[in-house]
Amino acid sequence: MTTLTERDAGPGAMAGLDAIAMAEAAFARRKAREAWRRRLLPAAGVLATLALWAGLVYVYKVPPFIAPSPVLVAATLVQKFGLLMTNLAPTAVEAVAGFLLGNVTAILIATAFVHKKVLEEAFFPIVVIVNTIPVVAKAPILVLLLGNGLEPKIAIAALICFFPTLVNMVRGLESVNPQAMELMRVLSASKTEVFFKLRLFNSLPYLFSALKISASTSVIGAIVAEWIGSTTGIGALIIQATYAFDSALLYATVIVGSAFSMLFFLVISMGERLVVRWQAPVGH
Amino acid sequence: MSLQGQAPARLSTPPPLAEGGPGTALACHNVTVRFVTDRRTVTALENVSFTVEQGGFMSLLGPSGCGKSTLLRVVADLIAPTTGSVSVLGMTPEEARRRRSLGFVFQDAALLPWRTALQNVQLPLEVGGARGLPPGAPTPSELLKLVGLEGWENSFPHELSGGMRQRVSIARALLGGPRLLLMDEPFGALDEITRDRLNEELRRIWAETGTTIMFVTHSVYEAMFLGEQVLVLAANPGRVSELVDIDLPRDRTLRIRETEPFIRIAAHLRDCLGRGA
Repeated sequence: MTTLTERDAGPGAMAGLDAIAMAEAAFARRKAREAWRRRLLPAAGVLATLALWAGLVYVYKVPPFIAPSPVLVAATLVQKFGLLMTNLAPTAVEAVAGFLLGNVTAILIATAFVHKKVLEEAFFPIVVIVNTIPVVAKAPILVLLLGNGLEPKIAIAALICFFPTLVNMVRGLESVNPQAMELMRVLSASKTEVFFKLRLFNSLPYLFSALKISASTSVIGAIVAEWIGSTTGIGALIIQATYAFDSALLYATVIVGSAFSMLFFLVISMGERLVVRWQAPVGH
Repeated sequence: MSLQGQAPARLSTPPPLAEGGPGTALACHNVTVRFVTDRRTVTALENVSFTVEQGGFMSLLGPSGCGKSTLLRVVADLIAPTTGSVSVLGMTPEEARRRRSLGFVFQDAALLPWRTALQNVQLPLEVGGARGLPPGAPTPSELLKLVGLEGWENSFPHELSGGMRQRVSIARALLGGPRLLLMDEPFGALDEITRDRLNEELRRIWAETGTTIMFVTHSVYEAMFLGEQVLVLAANPGRVSELVDIDLPRDRTLRIRETEPFIRIAAHLRDCLGRGA
């Protein structure tokens, strides 16, 4: 005891504490620097790319209908903001509706597949075959079937979401820890209880991986669908701007489309963080 | 061959329950388990017979592939024996399972990662037509206290160490006061220091709850430190090699492992294992 108190009060202990405090401060500084770097470097990358783009257009005197300068694109984004938003609205509605329809269907079918293996064996090949048809080929077929309104666009966005979610959801529902399954059996749990207490939760991380993919692909599906016989929407505006050689509007439209895609992706990622709270944080 | 000849006769008349008096927690009689695979039929257990007294602590010791986990799963009604009979507290394994007379602790804790420690212990109350806790039985939080996890109720499994996860799983298995606790190498994946501490605590929990325990391990020290009896199994096919009574004081600390009787029994168990190999 005495030796401890002596050492605590002694000059050596003070020096030790100082060293710890200094090490901690250095660590905090390093952390802060790293956080800034993570924020600044991507911004610097974007700015450098924009500058290079502007420089090339200026130096080689590229005519605006071939490739506009970033300044012109920015100006168009501001001037034609109303037009861009009017065209974003239908695309957003189609993408979100398709996202909901495709994913809900995929979740229900995955549940059926897991409960009745026969269904999976009989119908999974058909799902694979439909998935191999490219979107540009599916689009005209669905336009012929469903007409010229929102329906074929929603259907295409839904189809594009459907496959990744189905595959991931089946995997998530099935890849349950075998010992957890044995535990449920020891507890005499029913099939329904196993589904709601075990399989469903087990599938959520898999489901969210698929939902993040669908969030951006559903927007692509809606845009591609609009290329065929549509007068409004981001897809239609892309076609119109291309034929009018209005490349600044074309670029602005593309930016608006991908900005919406990114926003959708972020919303789903935030949803994931709210729902799947039990996983150990993984370093990125 | 003679065994296979007997099998149809056993199927036509319901197998008699393995004999066991009122003080018997578990009785296995001529239990044989065969698995048919694509290439061959594997005999995991052959003619295994033994009994465990109520309140007893039996360790199952044997090399890997001797069918010790299979035997535990037969008792827990997770695997049906090919022939032979099992009586758990005078019931069939299925009845014992449905009445929640069994608790099972798995090798990897098998906690549900989306549930907190407390919610994991509560799981048995939410499935299998659970009727709530019997009067006087310890509550989930009391059980967490019993296994030394007071204050960790709201932690998720990924926030707990391997040893703590296994403690949660023991608390879960003890919920509802099972009369037979089956443990399948629960400490096999833990470091030796944690394992030693949990061994001592398991002896304490056994003494406090009075539950009969069957404990599978491949560690000679663990088997004899924990068990009042050690059933040594041999492999290929899995069969009983010897039943060894552990003649050590009931009140044990880890220090007992350095004493002369302990070393003598350990040597004997090693001989048993050597003969089986």
